[in-house]
Amino acid sequence: MAHDSLYAAPPVGAEAEPPGAGGERGAGRLAGLRGALGSWDAAVVAALVVATLLASATVQNFATGRNVQFLLLDLVPLALLALPMTLIVITGEIDLSVASTVGLCSTLMGQMWLSSGLSLELICVLVVLLGAVLGAFNGVFVTGFGLPSLAVTIGTLALYRGLSFVVLGDQAVADFPGDWTAAAVRSIPGTSIPVAVVPVLLLALVFGVVLHATPAGRALYAMGNNDQAATFAGVSVARTKFWLFVASGAVCGLVGVFWTLRYASARGDNATGLELTVVTAVLLGGVSIFGGRGGLIGVVAGVLLLGVLRNALQLADVDANALTIVTGALLIASVVLPNAVADVRGRLHRRRQRATPVAR
Amino acid sequence: MSVTAGAPERVDGHPPTGPDPRRRGLAERLLAVRELSLLLALAALVLVTTLRNERFLSGQSVKDLLLGCAILVILAVGQTLVIVTRNVDLSVGSILGLVAFATGSLFLAAPGTPWPVALLLGVALGALCGVVNGGLIAVAKVPALVITLGTLYAFRGVDYYWASGRQINAADMPRSFLRLGNQTVLGVPVLFLVALVVVAVVGYYLRAYRSGRELYAIGSEPAAARLSGIPVGRRVFAVFVANGALAGLAGVLYAARFGTLDAAAGTGLELQVVAAAVVGGVAIFGGSGSAYGAALGAVLLTTIGSSLAVLRIDPFWQQAVVGALILAAIGLDRLLAVRMAARLRGRSAHGA
Repeated sequence: MAHDSLYAAPPVGAEAEPPGAGGERGAGRLAGLRGALGSWDAAVVAALVVATLLASATVQNFATGRNVQFLLLDLVPLALLALPMTLIVITGEIDLSVASTVGLCSTLMGQMWLSSGLSLELICVLVVLLGAVLGAFNGVFVTGFGLPSLAVTIGTLALYRGLSFVVLGDQAVADFPGDWTAAAVRSIPGTSIPVAVVPVLLLALVFGVVLHATPAGRALYAMGNNDQAATFAGVSVARTKFWLFVASGAVCGLVGVFWTLRYASARGDNATGLELTVVTAVLLGGVSIFGGRGGLIGVVAGVLLLGVLRNALQLADVDANALTIVTGALLIASVVLPNAVADVRGRLHRRRQRATPVAR
Repeated sequence: MSVTAGAPERVDGHPPTGPDPRRRGLAERLLAVRELSLLLALAALVLVTTLRNERFLSGQSVKDLLLGCAILVILAVGQTLVIVTRNVDLSVGSILGLVAFATGSLFLAAPGTPWPVALLLGVALGALCGVVNGGLIAVAKVPALVITLGTLYAFRGVDYYWASGRQINAADMPRSFLRLGNQTVLGVPVLFLVALVVVAVVGYYLRAYRSGRELYAIGSEPAAARLSGIPVGRRVFAVFVANGALAGLAGVLYAARFGTLDAAAGTGLELQVVAAAVVGGVAIFGGSGSAYGAALGAVLLTTIGSSLAVLRIDPFWQQAVVGALILAAIGLDRLLAVRMAARLRGRSAHGA
């Protein structure tokens, strides 16, 4: 694709160097970068453990069952949306419309419940299918017309959010049956772990297996590194990307159902702005915005790290809105650090190379 | 990365800015068509709306419209500078909010401050935010999308932390400053005149200055730009500082216009700004587009909002229309690019 380097800063880094032009220097840097990112999963998991321990020790009420329950419940939408987003970013694309898709699915669910007379079971299934259709719309624009996904999904971000206001206006539908809304926040008996975590784990497992243990998953990395090379290697790039957008839409539909039931409210502004948090979590998890690198373990750890930090600071009476400093700083650190490490390694490597002939 | 691998296709996506005069003429004609088509769309929209309600073209209504679009125009023009170099700045909404609140706080702390001083300080604060963006991107070698997504949160968080729930009211600001936001000269709002000056300066710079042309070269192919001796890092840094300064200017004007400020000012504005630029024909993958187009895009988006209200269309449709317009604009760009590439191929075949 012509646009997949659009996120790139001008080619000051090794990635932007044309293959071959950088010669040894570029190769050394790339190797360094890969080394740094290989340990990124471990670094995020370690940061998660440290943050959790610190919060449990110093923040009052953090390590209580009730708080754990709310922390996990709050993370369900973020975790679900991060799964397909991981795969999409690995292929070098992005989907900024996820939060708007959730909003539209939520209002459609409310509208159907209000006026269609269908059973809620059927409505939930329909909403997930509708989400898939909305995702397919993105997919057609990106793969069929060859348009940059960044621009397309900024367009559908506005379009879907606008439509979700068209569906319900500024009204909210809130009269969902109590046993359904209670089920959304119920915990597994005897624990403080919400039932909703189970489908998240199952989906994470599915996405993880697909990404890391199947040829299709390897193909995602291949096309993230180089679309054309992947095509020549027999990967059907367009079709794969199309289905990724469909999967993303379907997961958005699922999140729309969960969001509506959890807050017992279908509103046009549900999940507004969540897309940026999802992208943050994915990048924090070590997925490269250039595509071709990253994994699901890091992303899941990234989601949890984001959730633990925000929850702990909120309990420590930091203004919820000021917490966005933490989100931003984490995101910047997560992309600056690997590059800085790679830079230092590359420099050391070059110095060794230069030193070798002298030693002889 | 497929910087070189994607090259043949990229030629399709960008009007070449190379030295061949015939090609340049064609590219420029196409761009001119884009601005013309925006003007036509705008005229059609105004015509239809006026036929429905003639007061749409009354003095007060036009004044409101110009006031409404001034801030978006300034931001869209700044964003054009950035997008042309194949970068993007998502933090402009947060910079605007931060500067607007800072301006209010300045008047709260030192009520006697003359407004030009506040204006300069606001622009300087915006430029400082731009330095943070540009510095992180150019020095730390990190993609602009990611860094400015981070600073979108960070600047907004600083804003909230600073405001800690306070609100600044119009009564706290000197009248001379507030007048700046609503005064008119010969019926045209001062705010819109400021925006016009910004459009003219940036438009002329992009078109006529060497460093302005170099921005297009950087966006068309960063590697080639660097090989031809363009200081890519320095140019991109400067572009982010300039965009920050313009966002700062927009922040001061926002404070002057609305008077009532809290830490949420300008939330979500970044997407509207990018939308205005894209609708205005600025290719999201860099290398083409003009400040005039982006400004027209901003005016069009604002006008759609007002005319929906006049046409008695549910105002909730507004955002959906904006989204559809973005998709139409990038689709049109793609179509034009494909056609132009086909024509260029045909022509070079004849020449051979």
